Amino acid sequence: MISPLHLLVANAAALLALAAIAIGLGRSRLGATLTYGGTLAVSILTAMIAAWALLGPASVPALLRLPLGLPWLGVNFRLDTLAAFFLLVIGIGCSASSLHALGYGRHETSPERVLPFFPAFLAGMTLVVLADDAFTFLIAWEFMSLASWALVLAHHHDEESQRAGFIYLVMASAGTLCLLLAFGLLAGPGGAYGFDAIRAADHGALATGLVLVLVLIGAGSKAGIVPLHVWLPLAHPAAPSHVSALMSGVMTKVAIYGFVRVVFDLLGGLEWWVSVIVLVLGAATALLGILHALMESDLKRVLAYSTIENVGIIFVSLGLALAFRANGMSEAAALAFTAALFHVLNHSVFKSLLFFGAGAILAATGERNMERLGGLIHRMPVVSAAFLVGCVSVAALPPFNGFASEWLVFQAILLSPDLAQWNLKLLVPAVGGVLALAAALSAACFVRAFGISFLGRPRSPAAERAVDANRHSLSTMIGLAALCLLAGLLPGLVIDGIAPVSQALIGDSMPAQSRIAWLSIAPIAQSRSSYNGLLLFLFIAVSASLAAYVIHRVASREARRGPAWGCGFPVVPAAQYSADSFAQPIRRVFGSVLLRARERVNMPAPGELRPAFFRVELHDFVWEKLYAPIERAISFGADNLNRLQFLTIRQYLSLVFVLLVVLLLALAL
Amino acid sequence: MNAALGLLVQALHLALILAIAPLLTGFVRKVRARLLRRKGAPVLQPYRDLARLLRKEVVLAENASWLFRVTPYLIFSATWAAAALVPTFAAGLPFSWLADLIAIVALLGSARFFLALAGMDVGTSFGGIGASREVMIAALAEPAMLVIVFTLALIAGATQLSTVAAFMSSSEVGLRVSLGMALIALVIVAIAENGRIPVDNPDTHLELTMVHEAMVLEYSGRHLAMIEYASALKLLLYMSLIGCVFVPWGLAAPGAGLEAYAIGLAAYLGKLAVGGVLLAVFETAIAKMRVFRVPDFLGAALMLALLGTLLLFVTRTR
Repeated sequence: MISPLHLLVANAAALLALAAIAIGLGRSRLGATLTYGGTLAVSILTAMIAAWALLGPASVPALLRLPLGLPWLGVNFRLDTLAAFFLLVIGIGCSASSLHALGYGRHETSPERVLPFFPAFLAGMTLVVLADDAFTFLIAWEFMSLASWALVLAHHHDEESQRAGFIYLVMASAGTLCLLLAFGLLAGPGGAYGFDAIRAADHGALATGLVLVLVLIGAGSKAGIVPLHVWLPLAHPAAPSHVSALMSGVMTKVAIYGFVRVVFDLLGGLEWWVSVIVLVLGAATALLGILHALMESDLKRVLAYSTIENVGIIFVSLGLALAFRANGMSEAAALAFTAALFHVLNHSVFKSLLFFGAGAILAATGERNMERLGGLIHRMPVVSAAFLVGCVSVAALPPFNGFASEWLVFQAILLSPDLAQWNLKLLVPAVGGVLALAAALSAACFVRAFGISFLGRPRSPAAERAVDANRHSLSTMIGLAALCLLAGLLPGLVIDGIAPVSQALIGDSMPAQSRIAWLSIAPIAQSRSSYNGLLLFLFIAVSASLAAYVIHRVASREARRGPAWGCGFPVVPAAQYSADSFAQPIRRVFGSVLLRARERVNMPAPGELRPAFFRVELHDFVWEKLYAPIERAISFGADNLNRLQFLTIRQYLSLVFVLLVVLLLALAL
Repeated sequence: MNAALGLLVQALHLALILAIAPLLTGFVRKVRARLLRRKGAPVLQPYRDLARLLRKEVVLAENASWLFRVTPYLIFSATWAAAALVPTFAAGLPFSWLADLIAIVALLGSARFFLALAGMDVGTSFGGIGASREVMIAALAEPAMLVIVFTLALIAGATQLSTVAAFMSSSEVGLRVSLGMALIALVIVAIAENGRIPVDNPDTHLELTMVHEAMVLEYSGRHLAMIEYASALKLLLYMSLIGCVFVPWGLAAPGAGLEAYAIGLAAYLGKLAVGGVLLAVFETAIAKMRVFRVPDFLGAALMLALLGTLLLFVTRTR
């Protein structure tokens, strides 16, 4: 009898085999089709098996031990509901990315730098989720990191890519080191690296606290938590767009899986103060992420910063779950946890969609800078419609999926007055306010992203000549847009799908939603709060069409085209609002403190013939206060140690002699 | 039979909202005009304006896209849906559980999202300036609104408006300072969201007031009619919201008889009249603010709402 777990491990092995084949195929045209076709098939299979394991009658958790790796440990795999849920997210994201790449991959200038690493990256992510011992987990994690690092460096001639690749490598290594130490602490002096043993062991308060900090750094840096996010907006956009989608949409989710696995599963009962850290970090991440996104004019970077914001929302939700769980409020904890996982799914879908859209624009115009786009809605109608769906979803507006999950988060926040601790009671409403601010800013950010890129008039010749994407990309985007709408209209089904996961980890789940009339959702009771996306959507769609129909029939149907009003001046593309000017009010209101934004205008006096200058200065405090000193210290140390390489032979010999004496002294004492 | 009656009342409610929204706008304008010692246009003028606009042809800017043409209808129906979810004369109508207060606010957010996009579609600086200021004001108003919701949920134990209204009209509420603070905060948010003085002026599109009117500058004919209608509905929505939460008296209970509905309707119209007069008095008594003073104004709302929540925590531990 073949179990789902066997099939999933076989899938990962198939991906690794594909990676090996892709090395051989290299540059040939067949290589891209074969690789992406293969990953597409495997990913669809992964998604289906995962859905079956999550929802079907298959027996989970299932265990599998392969006689590889460390002889006394082996390589252990385990498929439980949590792993199945994240595998479903991975499966959906990877199949979308592969399908998109079937068309998009043709634009790749050096396919031999992408093809072998793409399946390896997929395999790494799959294995992280399946791993059941620390050794396998770390190997898979590092595999995922390094494969994605290689993909970031696909355009390695680009100076920006080089910098992105370097910072990513440093951050990824530091993150893995932290995870390594965390698992070392968890395994204890006996070296019990199996997750079962870790789960069963009793960790002291000190070890638990240390593990928590280390995991927050290790998994948090991969997910993009402030202040460990600096690599993300550099690395995600540098990769080819289908890989950016995977890194933003799926890899950050694998990082969140790592956090959930350790904190919710392996560590067991935690004190309430843990949730304070997670809540504060999450709120800061959400706010700073979206503020940076609003200031950015590179479309892919906007998306990457928005990923940071969404990770913040997920962490706030997880923090709430921790707080409720520490207080024994299992229903509320289940609600917050379900909201977090729901948002994980949603974000992976709409962020992939948005990155594919950005990729389609990049392929059509060669531009990532919004200031040189515009008017694409006329030339790329399908891409623009799909991108619009993504924007509405990410802006958390009803009736799309982003709203459904954020609504659940807010419902969880509203339960916080029942918490026992005063600090939490006072903190959570403030976090809720920050989250509402982040949601509103995210709407502003995506009005800006869509409005500047797709609406208005073209700002460059390239934008004037753009054409719609190829059919693979289009079908991927339409499919993902449909998923966004579907998950927004039928959130009850998703919530019920997550129920077994929260049952396994929290010990409770939200009340079954599919039994509520008209498919509405009600987290606690219908008299308290309920939401029905389906009927709202139907009402708006029907009444809007009806209004349009009646007005066209009864009142007037004529329309005439005329020039736009520009106060008597000709309307030229350069006079449009730009991305920078759109962000100006928000920069002034929020950025003047948080980003220390300063505007400098250098205006010539009347009659003077020199041009005027306008400059905006932004400061990234995280980089300037945290990373720049570290960087300086390392450079200082390296410069000084460098002298050791230019000594004479006598000096080296005397150094060796001194060392010998010191060691002998140490022995003697 | 009861269900059929419920649906009938629901349909009546939907129609009522549509019918009286322009009336409220006309009424506020009339009162304002009288306060300024002008004669003012007749109260029914907004209906005539709408009818006139609907009959006129649409003049589209040269590069207006499909989004520009679809948006007015979307905004209209989203705002109508949101307005219809707020209890007016009767609580607990058959479709009132479609969305709670958070979802209603978010629905308005959807409408704003599309309106801001439509403003940017033509590619003139007017649309851009209006859109960018509108989203800034929204970014300030939404956190305040959420904290207000938080305060209400803390007091009433729900975000479902029918439940909140039922609780507020019971004797359990008593007089609370937090409620007063939430009320002031909600009024400030409502003024900002509706683009009334001192945040924006709905009657002009001079440079000083370039928010909402700048965004819709390119709209004409039936499209403009839909947008004007949506603004009227939004004003009605916030009036009904303040009415149903803070002065819920007269609201007919679910399944009440015709008599209760009649009383509810009379009470609702009375509340609207009082609200309209107060709004007009407020608007005539205050001057328009600079755009960058608005953050202070809305920041006050946020602080008041937060203070209300904190006070509630303190008083709950008696």
